[in-house]
Amino acid sequence: MYDVKETFQATSAEDVLELLEAHPGAVLVAGGTDVMIRLKKRKLKDAVLIGLQRVPELQGVSLEPDGALCIGAGCTFAELERHELLLEHVPMLASACHQVGSPQIREMATIGGNLCNGAVSADSAPALYALDAELEVLSQTGVRRIPVCGFHTGPGRTVLGPGDLLLRIRIPRASYEDHGGCYLKFGQRNAMEISTLGCAVNVALTEDRTRIRRAAVAYGVAAPVPVRCYETEARLAGMETGGEALRVLRATVLSQLSPRDSWRASRELREQLIRELGCRALRQAIQQAGGEMA
Amino acid sequence: MGIGVSVRRVDAEAKVTGAAKYVEDLIPRDALYVKVVHSTVSNGLVTRVDTTEAETMPGVVTVLTCFQVPDHQFTTAGHPKALDPSHGDIQDRLILARRVRYYGDDVAAVVADTPLHAAQAAEKVRVEYEAYPSVLTPEAAIGAEPPLHEEYPTNELSRMDFTVDQEGQVHFTTFPFETGDTVAGMEGTTFHMPPVHACHLENTACFAYMEGRQMVVVTGTQAPHTLRRNLADAIGMPVGDVRVIKPYLGGGFGNKQDMVYEPLAAFLSRKLGGRCVAVVPTREETFVNTHTRHAMDITTATEVDEAGKITNKALRINSNGGSYAGHGHAITAYAITVGFATYLASGKQVGQSSVAYTNLPTAAALRGYGIPQLVYAVECQMEDIARANGWDPIAFRQKNVQKLGFYDPFGRFTVCSNGLEECLDVGRRVSDWDRKRREYEQFNRTSPALKKGIGMALFAYKTGVYPTSMETSACRIIMNEDGSAQVQVGATELGQGADTVWTQIASEILTIPEDRIRVQPFQDTDVTPYDNGAYGSRQTYVCGGAVKQTAELLRDKLLAKAGELYGRDAGDLALREEQVVLRESGERLGSIAEVCTYFNFVNDQHTHTQHLTAESTYTALSTCFVYGVSFVDLEVDVPIGKVKVNKVWAVHDSGKIINPQLAAAQVHGGVAMGIGYALGEQMLFDEKTGAPLNNNFLDYKIPTSMDVPEIEALFVETEEPTGPFGNKGLAEPPILAQAPAVRNAILHATGVATYEIPMTPQRLVHAFLKAGLIPQEGGEDCV
Amino acid sequence: MKIIHMTVNGQPREVAVEEGESLTDTLRERLGLTSVKKGCEAGECGACTVLIDGKAVNSCIYLTVWAEGKRILTVEGLRDDCGELHPVQKAFVEEAAVQCGFCTPGLVLTGVELVNSGRTYTREELRERISGHLCRCTGYENILNALERVVGKHDA
Repeated sequence: MYDVKETFQATSAEDVLELLEAHPGAVLVAGGTDVMIRLKKRKLKDAVLIGLQRVPELQGVSLEPDGALCIGAGCTFAELERHELLLEHVPMLASACHQVGSPQIREMATIGGNLCNGAVSADSAPALYALDAELEVLSQTGVRRIPVCGFHTGPGRTVLGPGDLLLRIRIPRASYEDHGGCYLKFGQRNAMEISTLGCAVNVALTEDRTRIRRAAVAYGVAAPVPVRCYETEARLAGMETGGEALRVLRATVLSQLSPRDSWRASRELREQLIRELGCRALRQAIQQAGGEMA
Repeated sequence: MGIGVSVRRVDAEAKVTGAAKYVEDLIPRDALYVKVVHSTVSNGLVTRVDTTEAETMPGVVTVLTCFQVPDHQFTTAGHPKALDPSHGDIQDRLILARRVRYYGDDVAAVVADTPLHAAQAAEKVRVEYEAYPSVLTPEAAIGAEPPLHEEYPTNELSRMDFTVDQEGQVHFTTFPFETGDTVAGMEGTTFHMPPVHACHLENTACFAYMEGRQMVVVTGTQAPHTLRRNLADAIGMPVGDVRVIKPYLGGGFGNKQDMVYEPLAAFLSRKLGGRCVAVVPTREETFVNTHTRHAMDITTATEVDEAGKITNKALRINSNGGSYAGHGHAITAYAITVGFATYLASGKQVGQSSVAYTNLPTAAALRGYGIPQLVYAVECQMEDIARANGWDPIAFRQKNVQKLGFYDPFGRFTVCSNGLEECLDVGRRVSDWDRKRREYEQFNRTSPALKKGIGMALFAYKTGVYPTSMETSACRIIMNEDGSAQVQVGATELGQGADTVWTQIASEILTIPEDRIRVQPFQDTDVTPYDNGAYGSRQTYVCGGAVKQTAELLRDKLLAKAGELYGRDAGDLALREEQVVLRESGERLGSIAEVCTYFNFVNDQHTHTQHLTAESTYTALSTCFVYGVSFVDLEVDVPIGKVKVNKVWAVHDSGKIINPQLAAAQVHGGVAMGIGYALGEQMLFDEKTGAPLNNNFLDYKIPTSMDVPEIEALFVETEEPTGPFGNKGLAEPPILAQAPAVRNAILHATGVATYEIPMTPQRLVHAFLKAGLIPQEGGEDCV
Repeated sequence: MKIIHMTVNGQPREVAVEEGESLTDTLRERLGLTSVKKGCEAGECGACTVLIDGKAVNSCIYLTVWAEGKRILTVEGLRDDCGELHPVQKAFVEEAAVQCGFCTPGLVLTGVELVNSGRTYTREELRERISGHLCRCTGYENILNALERVVGKHDA
């Protein structure tokens, strides 16, 4: 039995906004895999919960006329990890979704919840950062579109305000067309893990596939919030695919990050993982994009 | 049917259908629920408990504080009673603690109508402490003031020190507490093992209620009769007025051998007029408020001659006993003795061991009873010596291991079955050891990032606890009128397959098929006969003897009655496939069913009826060594410190195998637990406050199905004359050799020796950086 | 309290539940389906797994109020009309995939989900599919053997 005062099941996005207005302090619940843990740990008490499971606007994946891939915030990881559109256009994101928790968790947990709880360890975050995803947020003033880079403002905190509802995640065509991507997660175990470090790299190559046209490098758990390494990306742009690119990444990423020393992992380990996973993800992303890695 | 056959588990169908009931499934609807208030300091004294607000919370029935419990110290240890008081278990517990000894100690208890109400109210109990600094290791604890228990002013709970002379005689002595790499004047190596948890999937719930003057406690215990005795003492009731019921058990692994919250539940029930009171710990509480495996530092020194024979040997175990005694002293004492019974030395042999009280959760029994730590240290050192001298690790071990005819001066018995060398041979062959050693070394020379290794380790372990403690078990078998039988034992099924084994043994002797024999799955101390409990891998060895002996008695009774019925001399009769036959000719005279029906219901005005039953107590005045080896094939992803175990071959000499399928299953589970011990598991505590950091299944890393390799269990079946069917223990041993085998395989793969478990990616990355296997920052290309 | 309608093991049920009640609690306390085990109540062990609309879910972190209109399956609902065990249950019995039995009901249900998918799985895929179930007794070896027997992909 959880310490819950009242529950509501919203039936539309508008309904959610009304419920939020009527119940200040109410908590939005999509899959519940994080909210329920907060209740269990009694970090959340006497809670008013607004269930989002039956809000149609949060469901579904579609390709927009402008080529953007639109993912409903309420899509579960189980849905996304095997969704044809994701597998075709952003396999890196499908792979990230597949690496969340366990099959049972993925059946409930949603990509929107994963972002909105603000966790730096969210498996979907590095991939979405590397894809320059945009978030469609609904509030009383209407829908606004914000870039995912910058969405997280601190551990467990995001730019969302109390009356905001994340509706959809948009991945612009320019982020995935002719790109190769790779998300690598490190956990001590091979399942049932929270990420110790996550790295996503998204690259596009020149037409002859010998040079990097652009690269996006994003990390989770390498700083208080998910981070893009723009400096490294700038260095990589224009480089030949091959060992030198890996060396550049290895030599430059750390200065843009601030990994923690904690009982879960030492700073030394995280730094090594940052370098190593970064290189591995870059290598695989290049190969994914059709490039050669000597 | 019978011994040596893979009979299906008798409880499998109940378990796959949900019919099997565990403690929490049986809590009555009207039960009250307890939430324990745990201390937020690890070392201190409760100065005040304010329950005013808690008592006004919804649903609260009562709040009990540490100032309101009897000042009577009791033991929780699941040991048989020692008639010699100097060997008795240490009585150092109260139902709630004023003197707080670990972070999470029990200082008050809220009783309410629902778990949520109890939890809400527990948060409102205000506790004030006089806090002392945390002492979390033996080094910090020994001599620290104030002592945790005033009876042990230096915080040293126990020692066992000795020398073994060249004739193999043991001379007990007392050494001072020492640390460092030197032991008995010899240069040694120190190995570090963390506290780990059993992580049985079922938490440790219990509930208590009164029926008239009798206290009934339903609890997941491995040792119901022992618990009854300790509980009766703890709550001040006569043994016969306490009834302990043990339903299906969701794993125990030693952690349910000791008493936990039963005294609290029973005390509260009595206080509330016999109402049912349930204590249902969360997973987080089960981690901290039950028991752990002992953290140990083991320093071992082994000197060898040019021929590879061990000359001098010294071993020191400094064991972290945690806040209460539990099994601490017995476990460490056992470990230090086994340290001198596996490999034999020709010269000086010195053993030193110490157990300290510290501000960690209580350390007690957990699968392997101190030997996983010992085997890790000893087998790593053996590997290092072989490597330093360029010897084949298996051949070096073979030169020094104990052999058939070895006299164990601690157990005071001569080894009369020993399949260890055959286990080594089998392991070497099935793992393709020689080829892989060569080829992996070749491979690793040109592969800086991915490295392959194969390693091994061995162990020797005893069955049961004789002669340190007595070994007794009783069994009752009741014939039904249709010739089927009910078997009752006090020994407990906790997942290992014991009830199936009892069925097989009874079937073997009585010739009744397993599906017509029913073992009572719940132990109930009002009904089931006495047993010491499930520990020490003793059940098939000791209780198996009780079932066999009782079945034989019953068979003789059946034959005597059949003789009466059929007018034959009982000595000429035998049982065959449920039939009564003439021993010589095999001629059928009748059936067991016929005999039972007849004597159950005979009404011919002169024959006395008899319900055919038998009951007997079996005493095992013996012990024996079981042996085994583990061969581990793995690869190491060097830059990220991740180990992928490809395969484990576990070869065991457990004597005659009663049920090959279940025995293999037991090995699989032990190996997986050993892989966890090797690579991932450790209980972490805040160094300053002693607060637990990872007491949940996300942060405490027991292996998932993605972390456990393919496991092959093999048996070298020897004939142990003291075992009821030539069998020896098997439950605990599969865990024993895994951690050193993994470590030795990592050493083979990388050339990097480690001295601490678990070998987490973090530890390995640090070690590889230090060894230069991982290029430093700004260095080479990555992989 | 709220009235919730769901189909439990094939039977339509109407249950009055507390707002904060987990599906685990409802199934265990109100419907007597005690095969649904509590190992962690945090979605970390899988002992409470049930099938909701055919999908394996941790019922401990699922509020019953969300189950309105859903189909719930526990192992109590697995026997067929003749009382026969489900093939997954049979395989668990025959392969000795059961030890203490505490993780068993949840694992059986994940097995049922796999059977219902109509596909076959390699041993490695099976490892991944059961990775949300912790088992401390079996090393997963016989569990994988049992599942392989029912939904295994065997190379020609």
